Amino acid sequence: MKQKLKSYNSQTYLAYALIAPAAIYIILIVAWPLLETIRLSFTNSSLAGEDYVGFENYQKMLSSKKFSGIVTRTFVWMFFSVSLKLIIGLIGAVLLNANLKGRSIFRVLVMPPWVVPIAIGMLGWLWLYNGYFGIIAGVGMRTGILDGPFGFLAYKQSAFISTIIADVWVGTPMVTVFFLAAMQGVPRDLYEAAYCDGASRWDRFFKITLPQITPVIITMSLLSAIWTFNSFEIIWILTEGGPRGSTTTLIIDTYKQALGNYKFGRGAARAVVVMILLTLFAGFYLALLARINKKISHE
Amino acid sequence: MNKYNPFEKILIYSGILVFMTFILLPFVEMFYASLRPLDHLFRSPYQFYSDDLSFWAYREMWNTVPMLPRYIFNSFFLASVTSLITLLFVIPAAYSYARFKFPFKNSSLYILLAINMFSGAVLLIPLYKVLRTFGLLNTYQAMIVPGVAFLIPTAIWLLKSYFAKIPIDLEEAAFVDGASRIQILRHIIAPLSTPGLVVVGIYAFIGSYAQQFLFAITFNQKKEYMPIPSGLYEFIGYTTVKWNEMMAASLVGIAPVLIIFLFLQKYIVAGLTSGAVKN
Repeated sequence: MKQKLKSYNSQTYLAYALIAPAAIYIILIVAWPLLETIRLSFTNSSLAGEDYVGFENYQKMLSSKKFSGIVTRTFVWMFFSVSLKLIIGLIGAVLLNANLKGRSIFRVLVMPPWVVPIAIGMLGWLWLYNGYFGIIAGVGMRTGILDGPFGFLAYKQSAFISTIIADVWVGTPMVTVFFLAAMQGVPRDLYEAAYCDGASRWDRFFKITLPQITPVIITMSLLSAIWTFNSFEIIWILTEGGPRGSTTTLIIDTYKQALGNYKFGRGAARAVVVMILLTLFAGFYLALLARINKKISHE
Repeated sequence: MNKYNPFEKILIYSGILVFMTFILLPFVEMFYASLRPLDHLFRSPYQFYSDDLSFWAYREMWNTVPMLPRYIFNSFFLASVTSLITLLFVIPAAYSYARFKFPFKNSSLYILLAINMFSGAVLLIPLYKVLRTFGLLNTYQAMIVPGVAFLIPTAIWLLKSYFAKIPIDLEEAAFVDGASRIQILRHIIAPLSTPGLVVVGIYAFIGSYAQQFLFAITFNQKKEYMPIPSGLYEFIGYTTVKWNEMMAASLVGIAPVLIIFLFLQKYIVAGLTSGAVKN
């Protein structure tokens, strides 16, 4: 009987056969295009055709001042967006973790920005940011902060900040929900013991909750950084990278070069830079995940 | 220890109020704008009060953008087909990951996670060329094929954890009693994993509904295949943007996803967070 069971549980060929369809699909639609992008980056591919041009795309890209500006901007944008998501998400999770009436309703109400298609949510933000008729400009004018209509997406700095806020709006719910789940996973007896020892609410948060959910905070920071780096639709819909390039991040620039101008080669060179950066992020993330898993299984 | 004094209560509730305002303001404003006549919306500075609220925009929008029903149908069609195909690929793979030990099991699982991090934008260039070569640009397939690929990784992770919860003893007992693999699949695994399949199917539906925009604006220029997220931008094409109708149509576009989500949010959230928090 043992022999028979062993045969039930260790049939490698069957295991592979079951995975094969999904694996082949991923290889065709994800892995192969990744390699193809690398090849294209060494060509001047366009709708007309392609020729091998060596490192020309890279040389042009790296020597242009505009590109270094785009890279810096991408990281500044990302830094503010991710930090705000984490801070607001943590505060939100603490608030929704409080044992008060209505919290289960609030927990559901946080989620719409996460679930709703970004492209539709952004239509709402376009209306909010409207310089003449939008509610934000309206409140500004009525309180005297603004002395007239102000198009939030029409000026360099305000567009930069406005796209960050919209991105934070999309990303915060998920961070909140994950932090909340982590907080609920903290063993209750830790709190009870601390309470008996006379620890204040404040102490309990900083000495128990925060250290206990640190692994989740770290994972979420990295995941959030990756998604924010990839953020495309939000900027594309609100500003298309403008005004005058002030919201053009790497992803937006890649898209514009490749599918706005059909300069596939140049776009591919940018996509390779994106890939390298993402691989670094992903490497960090997976290494971290492996370490956390190891730690948990040891405990 | 979980008692709050009145001062703390006020503090927490006002914090929640500020937080919720940030999260819900766009939706509230969308709904409010959809109820107001256009000339009330076009007053500067913004007027908080309108005395003429109606659902007029919800009727008029179908005339302004006559293709609207088609866009809604396209969205549903694309999301349904995409999630069904995703399930077809994912079910056997997830079962295999949940049940068998084999070389490269963990590393391939991590590769799947890594794939999640490469957004569509990086792959769009070669995908565009491939779809063009096969004459698939401006078809439904142009949006379905890449859509499935980006849903597979998370779906495998989610479903794997559901399969793993089915006690293996049940399967082993049936196997020892002489049941074939097909019988085990039909009589044990299929009924026990239905809730998991539903959750993963809904995850795929919501996911593909959300990701349609990027693929639609890149790979499709034909109106008759356009999903609602990109179809909505037709309202902007008029000399004056008909904000009230656009907001009404947006809310109609959001409604199916929100309704599905509200009914099943408990399961979806539990499924999504369990992987990241406890694993």
